[in-house]
Amino acid sequence: MSEQVKDAILLASMPKSLSGKEFTYCPGCHHGIVHRLIAELIDEFGLKEKTLLVAPVGCSVFAYEFFDVDGTVAAHGRALAVATGMKRARPDMFVLTYQGDGDLAAIGTAETIHAANRGERITTVFINNAVYGMTGGQMAPTTLLGMKTTTSPYGRDPKREGYPIHIMEIMKALPGVAYAERVKVSKPQDVPKAKMAIKKAFYAQLLDVGFGIVEVLSTCPTNWGMDPVEAGKWLDENMVKEFPLGVYVDKVTEVMKEKGVK
Amino acid sequence: MARKTLGFIEIDQERCKGCGLCINACPANVIRFSEEFNSKGYHPAEYIGEGCIACQFCYYTCPDVCITVYRYKTPALSK
Repeated sequence: MSEQVKDAILLASMPKSLSGKEFTYCPGCHHGIVHRLIAELIDEFGLKEKTLLVAPVGCSVFAYEFFDVDGTVAAHGRALAVATGMKRARPDMFVLTYQGDGDLAAIGTAETIHAANRGERITTVFINNAVYGMTGGQMAPTTLLGMKTTTSPYGRDPKREGYPIHIMEIMKALPGVAYAERVKVSKPQDVPKAKMAIKKAFYAQLLDVGFGIVEVLSTCPTNWGMDPVEAGKWLDENMVKEFPLGVYVDKVTEVMKEKGVK
Repeated sequence: MARKTLGFIEIDQERCKGCGLCINACPANVIRFSEEFNSKGYHPAEYIGEGCIACQFCYYTCPDVCITVYRYKTPALSK
């Protein structure tokens, strides 16, 4: 194989900002794809020594082990509160939070909305897989109507459990938000788009524009009871209808043009 | 195979969890499940040895970052 490697150009391999430790996620979980995108961007911006990562409580609680950057774990839902402290104490650092829907959209909704409204210079990556993954597939605020989970075994009924929460639509109403986009990574062609979205959210912080958030629709094959490929199709057919993809807030592109950043 | 081999991939089979997303994503259909097990008990993905078009789709979709993609400097190595 080594002779073959000599004759070839390396196109893609593991980013340097990942520690190389094996992910503890289930097979086919989209967390790994998003981890890789973030690590690639940290490499591209040369931010490895300047990044502070706040990991949430949830499946990605060990994110600080997988990334080769400094960071901590916040109490459940409080990642943005901790990140606010970090950013205010060390405004020269790049502060990143990585949160799931149980963390950001349920127990941490207050912290999320107020950090966003204050326009904290923080970048947040929000993984929405419509269930509480780590604890065994309970109903989350983002669970779709009619979707069966372990705590809504007959499907989510809006009369009893209410409606799914749309964080990006909430972000649109907050003036402190500089960039908000909803993306998915279920097909190969979606992955570069998701990377561009996260890059813009990085720029929201790096160019001092405001709060940057990207929601990534993700599968949870284990708790959805599907195989990984089928789960991706289910996401494309059902989740995208409830959570429309697209840019919700973009104050970054204008500033990028002004400053001549590509 | 009619299509030229433009590159090749290396799969870290010990790291692979056999989710099959790369197999589903590969437009050239040159990845398959290995018949062997890795130490975690999964059938990891394997490259069939030729036909890779170096599109990186497998790398994009691999949730465990197991795949390294190379492009040949000269695509003449195709059989």
